[in-house]
Amino acid sequence: MKAPAFGYLRPASLAEALALLQSHPDAKLLAGGQSLLPALNLRLSQPSHLIDIGRLAELCGISVQQGRLRIAALTRHAELQASPLIAQAAPLLHAAIQHVAHPAIRSRGTIGGSLANADPAAELPACALALQARIDVLGPGGARSIQACDFFTGLFETALGSDEILAAVEIDTPCEGAVFGFQELARRSGDYAIVGLAAAGRVEGGALAELRLAYFSVGATAILATNAAACLLGTAADPASLSRAEAALAQDLDPPDDLQASSATRLHLARVLLRRVVSSMMPQQRLAA
Amino acid sequence: MIAITLTVNGETIAAQVEPRTHLVDFLREQLGLTGAHLGCEHGVCGACTIRVDGAIVRGCLVLAAQADGSVVETIEGLSDSGEISDLAQAFIDRNALQCGYCTPGMLIAAQDLLLHDPSPTREAIREHLSGNYCRCTGYHAIIDAVQATARAREQA
Amino acid sequence: MMGNDAVVWPADLPNSYIGRAVPRANLARLTQGRGEYVSDLQLPRMLHVVFLRSPYAHAEIVSIDVSAAAGMPGVARIVTGAEMAGHCTPWVGVLSHLKGLKSAPQHALAVDRVHWQGEPVVAILAASRAQAEDAAEHILVEYRELPAQVDMFEAAAPDARPIHPELGDNIAFERRLDAGDVDAAAAASDHILSRRFVFARHTGVTLEARATIAEWNRAEQRLTVHMGSQAPHMIQNIVARHLNLSEAQIRVITHDVGGSFGIKVHIYPDDMAVCALARMTGRPVKFVADRIESFTSDIHARDHVLDGRIGVRNDGTITFFEIDDITGIGPFSVYPRTSAVEANQVVNLTGGQYAVPNYRARTRVVFLNKTPTCQYRAVGHPIACSATEGLVDLAARAIGMDPVEIRRRNLIRDDGYPCSAPSGIRFEALSHHAALDKLLAMMDLPALRADQAAARTRGVYRGLGLASFIEITNPGPAFYGVGGARISSQDGASVKLDASGCITVASSITEQGQGSAAIIAQVTATAIGVKLESVRVILGDTDTTPYGGGTWASRGAGIGAEAAFQAGRALRENILKLAATILQSAPENLDIHLGVVVDKLTNTERLTLAELARIAYFRPDTLPQDFQSELMATRHFVPREYGFAFTNGIQASYLEVDTETGFIRLLKHWVVEDCGQPINPLLVDEQVRGGVVQGLGAALFERCHYDGQGQMINANMADYLVPMAGEMPDIEVAHVISPTRESAIGAKGAGEAGTAGAAACVANAVNDALAPLGVVITEIPLSPEVVLRALHGG
Repeated sequence: MKAPAFGYLRPASLAEALALLQSHPDAKLLAGGQSLLPALNLRLSQPSHLIDIGRLAELCGISVQQGRLRIAALTRHAELQASPLIAQAAPLLHAAIQHVAHPAIRSRGTIGGSLANADPAAELPACALALQARIDVLGPGGARSIQACDFFTGLFETALGSDEILAAVEIDTPCEGAVFGFQELARRSGDYAIVGLAAAGRVEGGALAELRLAYFSVGATAILATNAAACLLGTAADPASLSRAEAALAQDLDPPDDLQASSATRLHLARVLLRRVVSSMMPQQRLAA
Repeated sequence: MIAITLTVNGETIAAQVEPRTHLVDFLREQLGLTGAHLGCEHGVCGACTIRVDGAIVRGCLVLAAQADGSVVETIEGLSDSGEISDLAQAFIDRNALQCGYCTPGMLIAAQDLLLHDPSPTREAIREHLSGNYCRCTGYHAIIDAVQATARAREQA
Repeated sequence: MMGNDAVVWPADLPNSYIGRAVPRANLARLTQGRGEYVSDLQLPRMLHVVFLRSPYAHAEIVSIDVSAAAGMPGVARIVTGAEMAGHCTPWVGVLSHLKGLKSAPQHALAVDRVHWQGEPVVAILAASRAQAEDAAEHILVEYRELPAQVDMFEAAAPDARPIHPELGDNIAFERRLDAGDVDAAAAASDHILSRRFVFARHTGVTLEARATIAEWNRAEQRLTVHMGSQAPHMIQNIVARHLNLSEAQIRVITHDVGGSFGIKVHIYPDDMAVCALARMTGRPVKFVADRIESFTSDIHARDHVLDGRIGVRNDGTITFFEIDDITGIGPFSVYPRTSAVEANQVVNLTGGQYAVPNYRARTRVVFLNKTPTCQYRAVGHPIACSATEGLVDLAARAIGMDPVEIRRRNLIRDDGYPCSAPSGIRFEALSHHAALDKLLAMMDLPALRADQAAARTRGVYRGLGLASFIEITNPGPAFYGVGGARISSQDGASVKLDASGCITVASSITEQGQGSAAIIAQVTATAIGVKLESVRVILGDTDTTPYGGGTWASRGAGIGAEAAFQAGRALRENILKLAATILQSAPENLDIHLGVVVDKLTNTERLTLAELARIAYFRPDTLPQDFQSELMATRHFVPREYGFAFTNGIQASYLEVDTETGFIRLLKHWVVEDCGQPINPLLVDEQVRGGVVQGLGAALFERCHYDGQGQMINANMADYLVPMAGEMPDIEVAHVISPTRESAIGAKGAGEAGTAGAAACVANAVNDALAPLGVVITEIPLSPEVVLRALHGG
C-alpha cells in the first residue's frame, strides 16, 4: 500500500502557494496531511503535486482581537487542546478536540485541514457550524470570508475555490450567558462517532435564548438541526420541550445506513444526544468555560 | 527525487527521496532503522509512531519530504540515549510485550504521556495509548508497566 | 510416558526455574526496535511482489492483458495463473479422518475462475513495492461475473448451485453425533429452552501482516523461505511437495514474528507463489501483505449459526444438550489443516464441562464465495462455550436458580476423573469446582451484586456473567498426521554444553511472543542445573532445529518444553558421567548446582561446567582411553495416553449497558484457569489476558462485514474494529494447578483459555444486566445496533 507518484512543492510564502495552486490545477494542498496521506496511501487520490503549506508562518497563530477569536489554518489539534486561550474563548472547541483521533494524529492535524476536508464525521466542521464561525480564505483575487453555514456544501465538498487557500477561522468569544455542549458516541476512543453533537447557545433568565445544534456523522455534511432547536428556544429544556425537540429532529436529519448503525438507530442516538447535551448546557450543569 | 536534510537520532542525514516516500519507509528502507514498524499504513494502528520535533506522529502519515529540516527520533535513538530505559525495563519486567511489534510505538507514545502527565491514572494511560494497537497483551500489563514507571520516576 | 507423581514446581532446588515468574530473556532486542521481523529484511537483488487480487467474489477470468504494465519502471516480471500452474501444483485441503470432507483443487494464482474477493490472480515483481503497485494498476483483467454464494443457509440448500460443480453441492463436511438418549431426557425435563446463537465472521489482525521472502540458490539448488510461520517444518513439506523439490532442498527460517494467533500457522496461495517466483527468477522475492489485502487474504474464522437446546429439571439438573450448527467457510477448505476443524471442535466441546450424558449434535460446513476460514486462536471454543453457557443461564433463569448454583450442580465433579464427555473427548484431570470457588473468592460476588442492585435504583443496568470452559491443549499423536497431513505432533530439542560452559538448546517449537524461548530456557536450565542466563535458545530454523510440529494448539509448553526438559536431563547425565570420570567419583554422588558440579551430600563445589567443558573439548588426552565425552543430547516427546490434555477454567465479566445507546462498558474481568503446571506464571497470565481481549474483541467489535455480492466492505483498520486500550477492562487472573501426568513437568497449554470463554461471559453479563427488561441477546458482536434492536425491536 504505497502512494502513487506525485510531485512535491514547498512554497516559501502564501503568495507563492497561491501562484503554485494556479499553475498546477491537479495539485492538492498539504497541511497536516492526516486525512490526505491515508487517502494517498490507499490510492484513493492521485494528485499531480502536493503543495506543502505546512510551514507558512502566515497561517499560524491563535489570537483574540475585538471580541473575535482568530485561529489560523495551520493551528494543530494539539495546540488547540493545550491552548489556554482556546479553553477560555472557545470552550466548545476545547471540549471537542480531545475526541479527535489520537495524540499522534492531533500533533499533526490542523484546523484548516479538517474544515477544508469537510469530513461529515469530523468534529470540527460541526463545531464551526455551532459557533457560526467565519472562514477566511485567500485566493488570486484577494481575501474573502465564508460563513460556516455556507461553507460545507456536500460530502467532502466546500465553498472553497480550487485556487483558494483556507487562511483562518474566526468566531465570537463567548457572550454573557453563552453555553456549550459536546458529546459523541464512538465505538472506541478516537474513532469517528456513530453520531455526535456540538451545541452552542445562550441562556437568558433560565431559558434558552439561542441554540444551535450541529450534528455530525448523520449525513453528507455536518447538519444544523434547526427544527429541533426551535422547539427549545424560550424554554428551560424541560422534559416536554425536549420531547418535542426530539420529535422534530426527524425533520432535520435523515441519516444514512452504514456498518455501524442503521438510519433509524442513528436518529434514535441523535435524540439521546439531544437530551443529554442540551440538559448539560442548562445553567445548573453548564459545561465549564 | 528531492533532497532533504534532517537530524535522525542526533545524526545529520542528507538524502534523496521520492516525494511519495513516507517517513517511516525512509527510516526503514533508506536508513535501515527498522524499529518503527508498518502495521496499517493508513494511520490507525500506531506501530509506526516516532517523534518529530518533539511531538509523536504517525510515521506513515508524514512524508519524508515534510521532515526536511526536522529532528526525528526513533526507538533506536530513544533507547541509545537512555531516555526510555526505565520504561523499557518496566515493560520487560512486567512482560508488557509479547511479539514486540507494537512495542516501539507503544513505548514512544507512553513516554509522550509521561512527559506531559508525570502521574497519570490508569484511565489516562489507557486513553493516551488508545491509538496504539496491541494484539497480544490485552493491554493490562502495558498499563501496569507505564504506571510503575511513572511511580518510580516520581520517587526518583 | 508417565511422569513424576504430580510434582508441583517450583521444586525446592537452587536452580529450579520451573514455576517461577522470571522475565523473558532478550526482550531488549524488541523494546529497542532491534528485532528482526521478516518485513524488516532486505536482501541483495531482492524483488518485491504485489498480487493483483480478484475484485469479485465469483467470476470467470476472460482475459488478462499485462502488456501496458510489463514495460513500466522497475517491473521485472509479471506472472499469471496459467504460467504459475506450470511451476506450482495445486492442492486439495482435506484430511482423511474427517470423513466425507471434500474440497476442490486450489492454485497459487487463480487460473480460469476466481472464487472470492481477494484471491490472488496476477503476480507483479518489481524493484520496489511502490513500482509493483504502479504496474498493477495497468494490468487489465476482464472478468465475467458469476453469481456468488454469500449466505450459508442458501448455499446449503439442496437446490443451491454448487460453487464447484464437480463436488455436487456446497456441503464440505457434515458431522452428526447422538450420545445417550436425548429424547428420553427431553421427556424427563421440566423445561426445555431453545435459542439461536450467532457468531460473526472475524479475523486475526496480526499487527505485522503476513510476510514472506523466498530466495533460490541456483548453485545449491536450495530454497530459503523466510516466513513468520508457527510451523516451519510443515511449510518445508508443503513447499517441497508443490514445487517438486525434496524437503532437504528447503530451509524455513521464522525470525521474529509480529503476532500470529493461528493466522500464520497456514500456508497461503500467495506464499506458495512467492516460493515459486523466487525459483523462477533466481532472485529473492519479498511479499508483505498490506493491511487492505490482509483482510481478504488472511484466513477468517467463526461465522457460525448454532441452534441450541437444553433441558433442565426444577432441581437444577441439566438433562441434555442439543445443537445444530452451521458455518460458512470459503470456496476451498484451507490446505493442509482444512476448514472443517472448527465445526468439528464445536461438536466435540459443547457441554463438555458438564456431567450431562445426553447430547445430540449436528454441524454442517458450507462453501461460500468469501475469504477462506481456518484455525484461529481457540478454534471452535468460543462458539461451544457461548452456546453452552448461554443455554445454562437460560435454564437457570427458567427455574429461578442462581447461575452459580446451577453450575455447581452440573459441572463435572473434581474427583470424577478420568472421565469422558458424550462426544468422546477424554479428560485426565480438571478442576471446575475449585476454579469456581477461587473465582468467587477473587471477585467478591456479594459486593458486586450489591453494586448491581444499587446501580439499578439509579436506572443504571449492570450485569455479571459467568462462563466455565474447557480448552484443548497438547494435541497428541493422532492429530493431523492420522488424517494424512505431514504436520508433526511431536517436538524435539537438542541441548549442548559448549566449550565455555554455556548451554545452547535448539527446539522445534517456535516463538510468536508467547515466550517459547523463555520457557525452553527455564526447563533446560532446571533440567541440567545451570543458571538461566547461561542458556541460549535457538528456534525457528529447519536447518538447525530438531524436527517437530511448532507452536500451535497450545502445545509449545506441554510438548516442546517437555522435550527440552528430557534433553536437558539426558545432557545432565552425560555431564555427570564425565564429571565422575574427571573427579574419580560416581555420577550418583554428584549434582549440578547453578553451573557447578557439586558433591551431592555436602554441596561442596568440585568442578565448574566451564572447566569440565575445557577438559572435554581441549584436553581429552587427560581422560581414560575408553571414555568419550558426549556433551550434546537430543530428545523428542509426544503425549501418548490422551488425545489432548484438556484444561479448564472459568471467567466472569462485570459490565454496564447503556440502554439508551446500546453501548456496553466493560468494568472488570476475572479468569481462573488450570493449565496444569505453569512453567512461568508471568507468561501464563499474559497469555490469558491477551486471549481474553481477543475474545472481548469478538464479543463487542469484530466482524467482517460482507455485502450481498460477497464484497467485504470494512476491509481496513479503521472500519474493522479490534480492541484498543481505552475500552478494555483490567483483568484479574488466578490459577488452579492440576498437572498432567503424561509428562515430567506436568504442563498443559494456556494460549487459548482466555479467548475460549471471554465472549460467553460478556454475553451472559449483558443478559444479566438486561434481565429486568426481559431481553436476551445471543448474537456477537454485541454492537449498539444489536443491543438497541433487542431492546426496542426493529
